[in-house]
Amino acid sequence: MARRGARLGRTALATATALATAATLAACGGGGAGDSGGPVTSLRVLDYYNNEPENTVYADLLNACGQQAGVTIQREAVPGASLIAKVLQQASSRTLPDVLMLDNPDLQQIAATGALSPITDFGLSTDGYANGIVSASTYEGKVYGMQPVTNTIGLFYNEDMLAAAGVTPPKTWDELKAAAAKLTSGDRYGLAFSAPANYEGTWQFLPFMWSNGGDETNIASPQVAQALQLWVDLVTSGSASRSVVNWTQADVNEQFGAGKAAMMINGPWQFPALAQKAPDLKYGVVPIPVPQAGATEVAPLGGETWTLPRTGDEARQKKAAEIVACLNSDATQMNLATERSSVPTKTALLDGFVAQAPTMAAFTEQVKTARARTGKLGADWPAAATKIYTAVQSAITGGATPDAALRQAQNG
Amino acid sequence: MAEEGRAGGTTARPPLLTVVAPDPPAPGAAAGTDRPGRAGWWSPRGRERLLQLGFLLPAVAYLLLFFGYPVVQNVVMAFQEYTTATFYTGEAPWVGLDNYVAVLTSAVFNQALVNTVLFTVGSIAGQFVIGLAIAVFFQRRFPLSGVLRSLLLLPWLMPLIVSGAVWRWILDQDNGALNRFLGGVGLIGENPGWLTSTSLALIAVIVVNIWVGIPFNTTILYGGLQDVPRELYEAAALDGATGWRAFRHVTWPLLRPVVNVVLVLGVVYTIKVLDIILGLTGGGPANATQTIATQSYHLSFQEFRFGQGAALGNVLIVISLVFALFYLRANRRAGQG
Repeated sequence: MARRGARLGRTALATATALATAATLAACGGGGAGDSGGPVTSLRVLDYYNNEPENTVYADLLNACGQQAGVTIQREAVPGASLIAKVLQQASSRTLPDVLMLDNPDLQQIAATGALSPITDFGLSTDGYANGIVSASTYEGKVYGMQPVTNTIGLFYNEDMLAAAGVTPPKTWDELKAAAAKLTSGDRYGLAFSAPANYEGTWQFLPFMWSNGGDETNIASPQVAQALQLWVDLVTSGSASRSVVNWTQADVNEQFGAGKAAMMINGPWQFPALAQKAPDLKYGVVPIPVPQAGATEVAPLGGETWTLPRTGDEARQKKAAEIVACLNSDATQMNLATERSSVPTKTALLDGFVAQAPTMAAFTEQVKTARARTGKLGADWPAAATKIYTAVQSAITGGATPDAALRQAQNG
Repeated sequence: MAEEGRAGGTTARPPLLTVVAPDPPAPGAAAGTDRPGRAGWWSPRGRERLLQLGFLLPAVAYLLLFFGYPVVQNVVMAFQEYTTATFYTGEAPWVGLDNYVAVLTSAVFNQALVNTVLFTVGSIAGQFVIGLAIAVFFQRRFPLSGVLRSLLLLPWLMPLIVSGAVWRWILDQDNGALNRFLGGVGLIGENPGWLTSTSLALIAVIVVNIWVGIPFNTTILYGGLQDVPRELYEAAALDGATGWRAFRHVTWPLLRPVVNVVLVLGVVYTIKVLDIILGLTGGGPANATQTIATQSYHLSFQEFRFGQGAALGNVLIVISLVFALFYLRANRRAGQG
């Protein structure tokens, strides 16, 4: 999510053009599956880890897994925003790779095409995985992907600023409001979050909405309205900037790194950027505050899932399944989680992981109870996500009360 | 009028057709058509005709493949439930007018339509007036005028994603260069949210689009101005028409064909603007900058409702077509007059 969100606008035209040609290419497709029949010597892999350091991390990992399975890996890494266009184009020309990585909320759309094989067909299983993880990769009762690591968002706080103001990291909404107000001074805001007109805004709002019992199947509910009221209050009181409606999560991170915000809602993928831009910044991370003390935090799950497209070649698919199994082994999960500041998805690994990576404690804690965005609505999630960010935006900009904004959005 | 042939194109075509038209009906051919009979193709006239068709063929093939096919595909797609699954299965159930009903009755449509009109009219008015003023200004020769004129092209040459990012930074509410400047000279008390207030965002987006469009307008209009014969100004000056009156009675009438081209191309280019809006606001806040183009993009590529996205795209095509017809009419009138 974090990656896609940041890139939504960039390749607008590239995506459109690529898809426009998809139909034309379909006519000339058909080949590309390669050496069917003979022994499998190489596999094609498609993912969107095209930036360093991820690019190298995954290249090394895939090569190691390939070696184990006795095949060479032909990997292609495309920019995040053009992955879906590429996949649809390949689905239409029957040139899908043997192993395909998908951002987890996109799995529903691609599984709906029928282009993926259930992983159970190849003896893989998601036993022992966190529930939210499995539901993200499940379409109409069948599991289509395995996700080695996940992430979510938490509350980052500037240790020096909180200490100077005599504030402890907030645990409830009331504490959050009080802390944000107290930490606001001069051109510094108490809190920064991201509420732009895209799915990134929805993603950031979900923990507030879900932890208060809100439900994406009908957002015109008092629970969601209360969560939205919290955001509106934070902005109208001046504790958060009005610019939140145009900030991406990367922008939020800039504000926090530059000391223009004492706290922010963000994810662990910002660790490297923070270390680079503000090496002296001392900060901690706690779970996102809940409505009242004792309430359960329900955060959204991020991360990518690995799938097995139907290439029509049984032998190749079996080998591909070996690669996916290798990508999801206990050792790989722990390594990836450490290297990419993310969280393993097998619940049995969590305690050991926190002991090894204490900075990830808050995120790991949240993953246990976190939910998948597509868990309830499946392929209908994008429409609901649009309604949520639209309502959030019209309430924050003062166009309507939270209640009215949500009702308006729900009725579309 | 030297400009006529270059700008219109339509005036250049009739002579080509008149070569063909007087072809007398071959014996045996149906009355009223000039189609040569079977043997007629090998007559000198018929061969010439074949040759003409041969020259047309590449252009026609190109147009059909790269313009005709996508447009037809888009029209068909709008009547189908076209989803991600369609790409794999090829199945796209026919749904009649459902997609049109869905997009035309959605809450966003009216706002998107109004925004599209305001965005287009505002952008064109700004680009044209400023572009024309600059073009007229550069008609005078002065030191460095050539250098300055080329510098004006800069906004046109920059990738829109880059200029979008820079403008987003300039227009930022709290730390943007614009608000810092306005605050510094004491023009504003409270920082206006150029991109974050629902009442200002559309204006800000229009201003940026004007900035992007000025070089195009200036370049074409400047070219048109160069073709206005000098001696006309001298003659006008003798009759006492200088300055504004010379512009009104000499420059403007002779520039009209170029103006037509600039305005129609401007409308067609502006109405479909996507990257600038996506880069600046993403259609927000609260749909304040949502246009039919951005909404169509969102439906197709964010919500994967390709059928509905295509339906909105067709609405856009129809609007562009209406303008193209206006253009053709205006051009024909100019040709007759």
